[in-house]
Amino acid sequence: MAEENRAKGEVGLAGEDDGRIHDLKDWVQVKFHEQVEELKRPEDTQLYKAFFRVGRIDEPRNRALHTLNNLFLHIHPTKVNRDAVRYSYTWGMGGISFYLFLVLFFTGVMLMFYYHPSEIQAYRDILDIQNSVPFGLQLRNIHRWAAHLMIIAVWLHMFRVFLTGSYKRPRQFNWCIGVMLLVFTMLLSFTGYLLPDDQLGFWAVTVGTNMARATPLIGHEGPFGPQLGMTAYNDVRFALLGGSIVGSNALLRAYIWHCIALPAMISVFFGVHFWRVRKDGGISGPSPVMLESEMHE
Amino acid sequence: MLGNWHQLWVIASNPDNVPVVALIVLVPFFTWFGLRQAKANDRLIEKLEKDPELARTHHRKTQPYHASWQKEVHVWPYLLRIELLAAIVVTVILLVWALTINAPLEELANATITMNPAKAPWYFLGLQEMLEYFDPWIAGVLMPTFIILGLMAIPFIDENPLGNGYYTYKQRRFAIWTFIAGFEGMWLVLTLIGTFIRGPGFMWFWPTQTWDPDRIEFLTTRNLDQIFGINGKWLAHILPASQQPYAELWAKGLFGIIPVGLYFIFAAWMFYKIITSTPFSRRIFSRMSLLQVVVMELLLVVMLALPITFFMRNLLRIKYVWETPWFNL
Ligand code: HEM
Repeated sequence: MAEENRAKGEVGLAGEDDGRIHDLKDWVQVKFHEQVEELKRPEDTQLYKAFFRVGRIDEPRNRALHTLNNLFLHIHPTKVNRDAVRYSYTWGMGGISFYLFLVLFFTGVMLMFYYHPSEIQAYRDILDIQNSVPFGLQLRNIHRWAAHLMIIAVWLHMFRVFLTGSYKRPRQFNWCIGVMLLVFTMLLSFTGYLLPDDQLGFWAVTVGTNMARATPLIGHEGPFGPQLGMTAYNDVRFALLGGSIVGSNALLRAYIWHCIALPAMISVFFGVHFWRVRKDGGISGPSPVMLESEMHE
Repeated sequence: MLGNWHQLWVIASNPDNVPVVALIVLVPFFTWFGLRQAKANDRLIEKLEKDPELARTHHRKTQPYHASWQKEVHVWPYLLRIELLAAIVVTVILLVWALTINAPLEELANATITMNPAKAPWYFLGLQEMLEYFDPWIAGVLMPTFIILGLMAIPFIDENPLGNGYYTYKQRRFAIWTFIAGFEGMWLVLTLIGTFIRGPGFMWFWPTQTWDPDRIEFLTTRNLDQIFGINGKWLAHILPASQQPYAELWAKGLFGIIPVGLYFIFAAWMFYKIITSTPFSRRIFSRMSLLQVVVMELLLVVMLALPITFFMRNLLRIKYVWETPWFNL
């Protein structure tokens, strides 16, 4: 631009020679056009390159590097089976489960800002969240419904993994990791149930943990429990509740499991799960059908 | 008594039951969706089995295919845009749900006022329902352990190499039936019962039957030994004197071994017959090790015990078949 203008004999431009601006109006005009042209190609800006570490994505190499060079995207391979991106094969349920986990993480942290895990206060905090915190009611609703939805998504994910036989060699181990994720997902939901400290959670957890009394060997009403010296004050239920009743200690324990221990554990398993999907050769299909006549003994 | 449609609506529209209602729609849909693809693949498989020439050249998928197409596509943007779309759809669903239905909050927890019915959250209603049929340590500890370990064992006992990475029904009949029976026929059905049928006192109310908290349920169940009149009278004659007072316990305990043992033998035999019923299934069976067979039989027999107990309790009104001082089955 500046080049052209000089060629046309125009004067008073941002003087490259002495570094001074001679004609402000002209200078702004020229620079403005330059700027607009640049913004039309955001991939060529410094900012873009600094952010993504590679330039334009219309080159195949850069497209691949985009995925590869990005911390959040690098759990993906750079390319996938063209039929696997169809919704019909995976139902997207694994990804949706994980997305819901992220939603839960985010809304959960927000809820934690307003919540004290102590009896009575906890219930008041929930009322406060619902009634005084801006969008608090919606915040709590999203957290609740995302938790339910996540369980549905995980069940359906497991169902599709089963129907596509994706647990078969070499993915056996990842199926087991998946089962652990299923258990953690349900436990996360369950521990969260008690936190509002209302009747619903209280009785659900009472019913739930009463079963723990009956654990063989380590429950005081379980087979061989009493013979091993188990009482209501030292058995597995006591350990879960931090007491012999669902009280303030139980609330604190549920809180810590729900907000720290289980999320930390499930995150580790997520890492392994996704890592294994990659290491086991990516998503299992849709792969070419195999015939019975081709089966080796 | 029946005909209380309003109550059915109240149950179905209870915020915490929305997921269960959603499952009633979603699970059949996805079962159909998966099996439809399985059927398409099965047709292809049949065609290729008949025509080895075609099998050699065919791309072996039901998805659209062109020889010049690349087998793989870039994740950016072809996968990422779908992920973004899915995230947006889920977000919209969540927002609509969160704006229209509020998360329940009951009264402050109070140990002196019992909730009636006191129900577990919906995803654990399957377990709570099992609690009706088995001792707590079986329903609450043993069964969950079996479910978790059983699920984990699936890849290691399923020796069928076919159907890896594509939907199929014909190549995996038994596996698919078993899983659907367990997931839908048992787990989800129990969840539905727990949601819609169990009323106050966890009593059985048919849909649209009014949940009457004052209903009195007469104990009409009997144990199998009662039906057979086992009372230990004649066992008392052969027991040593020190054990005489326990004759009834002994008789019941010994008697119970018979039906339970018969069940194990018969069920295991039946499953053996099923998994060796076709030439193909016999080929799979011959690939399995002894340990695999034993573990699979054990899991199947235990799994089948659930519906059997369910029908014995609810239809035949039999409570326990085996009573001992330590546990009852
Ligand atoms: C919170 C729970 C879970 C999350 C977030 C999750 C996430 C994922 C994702 C994103 C994938 C990639 C493919 C897809 O989306 O279908 C995947 C694959 C897989 N998942 Fe999960 N999963 C979870 C639970 C489970 C469970 C419960 C199982 C089985 C019991 C399981 C077994 C597998 C297996 C075997 C694969 C590989 C499938 C293939 O290659 O086709 N996962 N998971």
